Amino acid sequence: MPAELDPDLIGGWGRTALTAGYVRRGVRAEQVPEILSDSSLFPDRGVVARGLGRSYGDPAQNAGGLVLDMTALDKVISFDGQTGTVHTEAGVSLDTLARVLLPTGWFLPVTPGTRQVTVGGAIAADVHGKNHHRDGSFGRYVTRFGLATADGTVREVSPETEPALFWATTGGMGLTGVMLDATIRLIPVQTSSMLVDTVRAADLDQLLVALEQADHHRYSVAWLDCLARGRHMGRGVVTSGEHATHDQVPVAGPTSRSFAPRAFVGAPSWVPTGLLNRASIAAFNQAWYRKTPRSRNDELQGIGAFFHPLDGVRSWNRLYGPRGLLQYQCVVPDEGSLRAVLDRISTAQAPSFLTVLKRLGPGTPGPLSFPRPGWTLTLDFPVETPGLSGLLDGLDRIVAGSGGALYLAKDSRMAPDLLAATYPRLAEWSELRDRVDPHRRLRSDQSRRLSL
Amino acid sequence: MMNALGEPQSLGVLGGTSQIALAVTAKLCDGRTRTVVLAGRDPSALEAAQTSAREAGATHVRTLGLDALDTDSHQATVDAMFAEGDLDVALLAFGVLGDQLAAEADPDLAVNVAQVNYVAAVSLGLRVATAMRRQGHGTLVVLSSVAGERARRSNFVYGSSKAGLDAFAQGLGDSLRGTGVRVIIIRPGFVRTRMTTGLPDAPMSVNAADVAAAVEKALVGSKDIVWVPAGLRVVMSGLRHLPRPVFRRLKI
Repeated sequence: MPAELDPDLIGGWGRTALTAGYVRRGVRAEQVPEILSDSSLFPDRGVVARGLGRSYGDPAQNAGGLVLDMTALDKVISFDGQTGTVHTEAGVSLDTLARVLLPTGWFLPVTPGTRQVTVGGAIAADVHGKNHHRDGSFGRYVTRFGLATADGTVREVSPETEPALFWATTGGMGLTGVMLDATIRLIPVQTSSMLVDTVRAADLDQLLVALEQADHHRYSVAWLDCLARGRHMGRGVVTSGEHATHDQVPVAGPTSRSFAPRAFVGAPSWVPTGLLNRASIAAFNQAWYRKTPRSRNDELQGIGAFFHPLDGVRSWNRLYGPRGLLQYQCVVPDEGSLRAVLDRISTAQAPSFLTVLKRLGPGTPGPLSFPRPGWTLTLDFPVETPGLSGLLDGLDRIVAGSGGALYLAKDSRMAPDLLAATYPRLAEWSELRDRVDPHRRLRSDQSRRLSL
Repeated sequence: MMNALGEPQSLGVLGGTSQIALAVTAKLCDGRTRTVVLAGRDPSALEAAQTSAREAGATHVRTLGLDALDTDSHQATVDAMFAEGDLDVALLAFGVLGDQLAAEADPDLAVNVAQVNYVAAVSLGLRVATAMRRQGHGTLVVLSSVAGERARRSNFVYGSSKAGLDAFAQGLGDSLRGTGVRVIIIRPGFVRTRMTTGLPDAPMSVNAADVAAAVEKALVGSKDIVWVPAGLRVVMSGLRHLPRPVFRRLKI
């Protein structure tokens, strides 16, 4: 290891399983091929790219190895207002893109729960958003990218020219190479406001019906109270929305597309263990449910409030205290499995602060891409929740048995055999990776943990 | 790699044939642990330990010879432990109790206790720490003892060796802050094992399985010093502060 570098202790957004890696900051695109092909640099520990560190688990850290901080690649290279495409460096955040693009009448085709992710990270995780049931995941809108691979070359990759490498990289968690730049197709919008419908559902049956009914909206999602028991199990709130048009906002014109969101507050830097516990989470869930009107239509909301409410609180992950949080996101194809999963959580009374349910549509051809048709459920648990390991192992079995899967961008605890059981095209992905990186130059703690 | 819930996938044990080591191995293999490296002195006991690790769920088990007294061999032993990949947890489990009265009569016996329990642990502990720093992560679990908290008349040779080990492990843990490597010190009271066969049961005594459960819990948690049973912490705090003339007269 180079003596001039001291390792940094780094982790994911869940702040669990921190390890020490050598972080190279201010990386420029032309240095990346050289770093990858120089096998004297961390020969047995490898390299991984890191963006804004919003993966919950361990994909953007590399114990004892090199971590390339990609956020210095922060330039929007060009924008074509005729075709609605943008060419950016891979370290540009979706937040930056939204700020730059919205005033011109264009928006991101897919926006995940936070804007604080990089373009490279969004492709590596093939992120999805509230429009997945209609529009699919991020990878579908990527027309090409430049990928530095382990042999020190930079490859021009598109679904037409190199489909296998393109789709192995989309959802490939950074293990096929280091992305340098990408071109993305955008969607036109008239304003930066959303027209939002809200429906409260008293139980799971009502919630599922309300979500299905919301399918015709471009965006839809449900929040639910995972601690509600018995006949209240699955009660929650469905919100759905569309981009508002000129005639739907009070003052039409260029200013109606302005977008300059700010974080209102930050979480304090130190929070005791156990602030978020079963009692406080139950109280929050109860209050959140009660404060929602039974039904409300055509409410105007800003894009930030609709898509990224948590971006309003900087470092909200710190609220879980020094031990951190574990996010569990699964997809199951059928309602029966979803019920089985929710039933177990409700019975165990495992407190999830934010529980989100969403319908997913067809996935992309990416062998490691997460979305597939069905229901996706996302839960946030404090790590110290008693019995959490056994509960989640039980959920894993339901998910695997149903033909579902866990999302690698959220995963921080699954066992390697579960990955093989739930990603049936894993062998195809591994074969491609063997070709493009035979000596495992690209490695992360997640790749070690999952034997990826 | 250790996952978010502190569940290791790989375990190396120095003193892999001790009953506490066997219990910890079985406990962790019941979770995510599949790779186990057992280093020990007695080949036939290692063979048995290997079988029991497999039965507990380990899929990759290796054994290595370990001679605690031969510090010159320690680097090779630690290198061999880490040779086939990262170890998420290393358990330092070897130790000897010795016979106090015999050791007082024959200082060579006392030296043996000190060399195994303290000198060898220093030598191996530092080498394991270096290997873990290189991999950027890992947890070293050190089996200390309540006997090290305050040396007793009836057991001070063993007690002082554990006191040294405990102090060493505390300092080592502090030195490793920020490196991704953690040291956990386990301070069991009287554990009913082969080592204590024939001795009268002490109050608050526990089984090897209780120590294993405490180790598993410590890996998930954030406490770096763990008493087994937990109540010993209070008891020992009281004993520690007794005036010496009083402590000396206690029949413990």
